[in-house]
Amino acid sequence: MSSPTPRRGSGWMRMGGLIRKESLQIIRDPSSIAIAFLLPVVLLLIFGYGVSLNAKHIPLAFVADAPDMESAALYASFNHSTYFSPQIAPNLATATRWLLNRRVDAIVHLPSDFAAQLSTANQSAPLQVIVNGIDANQARLTQAYIQAGWQSWLTNRTQAAGQSAHQPVELAARIWFNPELRSRDYLVPGLIAVIMTLIGALLTALVMAREWERGTLEALMVTPVQINELLIGKLVPYFVLGMGGMALSVAMAVWLFGVPFLGSWWILVLTSALFLLTALGMGLFISIVARNQFVASLIAIITTFLPAFMLSGFIFDIGSMPGWLQNLTYLVSARYFIVILHTLFLAGDVAAILWPNTLAMLAIAVFFIAASRRKIRKSLE
Amino acid sequence: MSAHGVKNDTEAIVIRGLHKSFGKAPRITQAVNNVSFSVPTGTVMGLIGPDGAGKTTLMRLMAGLLTAEAGSLEVLGVDVQKDPLTVQSSIGYMPQHFGLYEDLTVQENLTLYADLQGVPFDQRPNRYQRLLAMTGLGAFTDRLAGRLSGGMKQKLGLACTLVRPPKLLLLDEPTVGVDPVSRRELWAIVYQLVQEDGMTVLLSTAYLDEAEHCDQVILLHEGEILGQDTPAAFTQHLAGRVWGAKRELGLRRHLQAELKQQPGILDAVIDGDWVRVLLAEQTAPPTLPNGVWQPLPPRFEDAFVLMLNSQRAAQTPQAPAPPTSQPIVPTARARPAEVITVHELTRRFGAFIAVNALSFSVQRGEIFGLLGANGAGKSTTFRMLCGLLPASSGALSVAGVDLFTAAAKARARIGYMSQKYALYEVLSVMQNLKFFARAYGLKGEHLNRRLAWALSEFELTPYHDTNSGLLPLGFKQRLAMACALMHEPDILFLDEPTSGVDPLERRAFWGRINELADHGVTIMITTHFMDEAEYCDRLVIMSQGQILAAGTPAAIRAQAQTAAAPNPSMEDAFIALITAPTPPTGVAA
Repeated sequence: MSSPTPRRGSGWMRMGGLIRKESLQIIRDPSSIAIAFLLPVVLLLIFGYGVSLNAKHIPLAFVADAPDMESAALYASFNHSTYFSPQIAPNLATATRWLLNRRVDAIVHLPSDFAAQLSTANQSAPLQVIVNGIDANQARLTQAYIQAGWQSWLTNRTQAAGQSAHQPVELAARIWFNPELRSRDYLVPGLIAVIMTLIGALLTALVMAREWERGTLEALMVTPVQINELLIGKLVPYFVLGMGGMALSVAMAVWLFGVPFLGSWWILVLTSALFLLTALGMGLFISIVARNQFVASLIAIITTFLPAFMLSGFIFDIGSMPGWLQNLTYLVSARYFIVILHTLFLAGDVAAILWPNTLAMLAIAVFFIAASRRKIRKSLE
Repeated sequence: MSAHGVKNDTEAIVIRGLHKSFGKAPRITQAVNNVSFSVPTGTVMGLIGPDGAGKTTLMRLMAGLLTAEAGSLEVLGVDVQKDPLTVQSSIGYMPQHFGLYEDLTVQENLTLYADLQGVPFDQRPNRYQRLLAMTGLGAFTDRLAGRLSGGMKQKLGLACTLVRPPKLLLLDEPTVGVDPVSRRELWAIVYQLVQEDGMTVLLSTAYLDEAEHCDQVILLHEGEILGQDTPAAFTQHLAGRVWGAKRELGLRRHLQAELKQQPGILDAVIDGDWVRVLLAEQTAPPTLPNGVWQPLPPRFEDAFVLMLNSQRAAQTPQAPAPPTSQPIVPTARARPAEVITVHELTRRFGAFIAVNALSFSVQRGEIFGLLGANGAGKSTTFRMLCGLLPASSGALSVAGVDLFTAAAKARARIGYMSQKYALYEVLSVMQNLKFFARAYGLKGEHLNRRLAWALSEFELTPYHDTNSGLLPLGFKQRLAMACALMHEPDILFLDEPTSGVDPLERRAFWGRINELADHGVTIMITTHFMDEAEYCDRLVIMSQGQILAAGTPAAIRAQAQTAAAPNPSMEDAFIALITAPTPPTGVAA
């Protein structure tokens, strides 16, 4: 009751109390559980099944102005490929109509002199290809696939005729790391990084702002609690929650989507922990600055989720961005984590890639947590 | 109180020349302006003033949450600005909304604060037991704090700040919006702490009647100290100047309006069956035909009003002009039609019954009050009457229709002033008035006439172009009322209109309300100020969604009359009703 000097108690006791408080709040507030566990499941299912960068069963209109043996053989070749589902159109006008109402994505048009041109081998390819360019990515893929299909048919045809191919160089393509060219194997690990950015930033962006809004921070600040204890008390519970979401995402990637995992699990755990810290630190910083849950969540989505989606190399290749935008991507921590995840999943433990990216994430995590520490003072000003 | 090892044993707080302002260059608000005072150890000091007086800013400065621009600030012998952590380790501070985690239980809140305050584990069981017994929360340790009533939250907030016995307790408006029973209990706890633990307590409040509970009072207004003394000393010089007037015929509010106009009368308010009058120095009560005079003991509020009056007279050359309209001729109440009827009105939110089988009716031109603490169901009732919320069951009619289902046209007959005033803070006074007038379809000459009326009636002309967010609180309230009256409604709904405004503004407000009622406007008002109930013609007292009592103020007071208390106040009546041995119906556990 009457100690001569004011007792401040121990930091461990205060931190324990804060962590317990925060955990109870997490358990009683279903929204943070939903962010941590429901959001990854929903996003992974949508992206894992819904988004595909592979072209398969591309609908084609096949028009032969003068149908004959050669055109039938070419049609059969396209028809046998899993990449195309060709439909025969009676004439080019019909095929064009199909293209316009999106019944087909491309037209393969054999002019009436197709067979004649084909036999005079030194002529250029007597084949017209029209591709719907609305989706530029898809159009480029389609064009390339049709070209490849055409080439392989030509090769087969000449070989069948007992002649050697015209081309002096024969292309033998071999694809490394993703031999089946399954875009899902590439997308899902990248998606994990995007999801973890969102979870980490959103979870902590809301918590400090909530204390501001409800007036509890004022009471908290007049206790002997120290800022470091307050920050750790906030970070630890959400770190555990975020790692739970991470584990769930990785499990879904491996067991549900069958993405191979070639690296070491312990490296995955360590780098994920570090990445989660960058996201949590960023969320915490936003929360301290915004002081309002609505503003904080908007800022969190705009400054963390969107860049992680667009500037991380997840979908859009960083190398093909303009220079100033490329420089901006260095600030996006997801950029580094996506490289790490791709490496660990599809290539294995490649130290030369893992180290620099890990160090970059470390720098970002330290930056945001230090910035939060500087920004938050035991003061209401 | 010896051997504390602090430099100053007799003064818990010493403040000298303190300044604190907010905002940037063109719009600086001086929240605390050259404030000096000290608080003796082991006393209860009241920090009293209306909203915006600077009470909260001062509290936060003392708790080390804000830094002052100038001046010195010593709490328990420690310079707060230099070493806030030491101060924070030895004081208890309860912010305005109690600082509770609503999704934690009572016990979890206590444990959290015990952890934060470093209370050793072996001392905790005893401490919890004592605090729970003191606050009467022992039976509710497993209840979520968000599910507690306002009074229980207040006590839990207090328990959390007391979990490690502090030497100094800072309470920021602990009693605002809390029911009178809980308010009295809080004061009992405060005195227990001072007597048994030798604690020093500094408590801020906007309720002037609470000044009388304090050992000493600091009166704060617009960031400056108007005085510091014992409550008795504030009122000493008023002896013989406060009288009550009573007339057999007519309404009290007409007598009050009449008296207010007379020379030599500085203030006239309704107080129970009497009109309380404050006379100028060396003046005798004027003759009152058919009336009687009776001397009354002066109150703290009388002293405050006098101080504000003289301060305002110094600032503006002319005296605060009362709305000098024609002498009040009560409009003949030939057809006392029932304007509002409510029958068995019930509103549920899930399993929670916010309003439970309410029945009452309001006559045209009547001032009808809904009285009760926060959470009693006043605002929910209001929202149903205004058609903002559907009723779960029961019937209601306002001006002959249920506004929730009626056409928008019917809503034009009501005016509504919400608790937070609902003004557009970035629009000017004029723009707000125009917006609300146009929203009700006023245009052309009619619009201009009403705008001119609003500016002059509410004395808003000097603030014409000021953004409403920058207005002083009293003027915000005036503007909100003007907006609600632009379309000349028949019925005016006012939700807690006087919360936190200073006593002079409250008087001006009630002057206008009385005038409106005399012109046939029906007024429906909610308040948690018990003394304001006296201004109503009739009222209901609500608690936990039910009506505890209904009738004229005199009739309600009469219900609490006992041999021991022949002249109970409205607050006494409320407490008697709420603590009555048989509550109206079974209360949910």
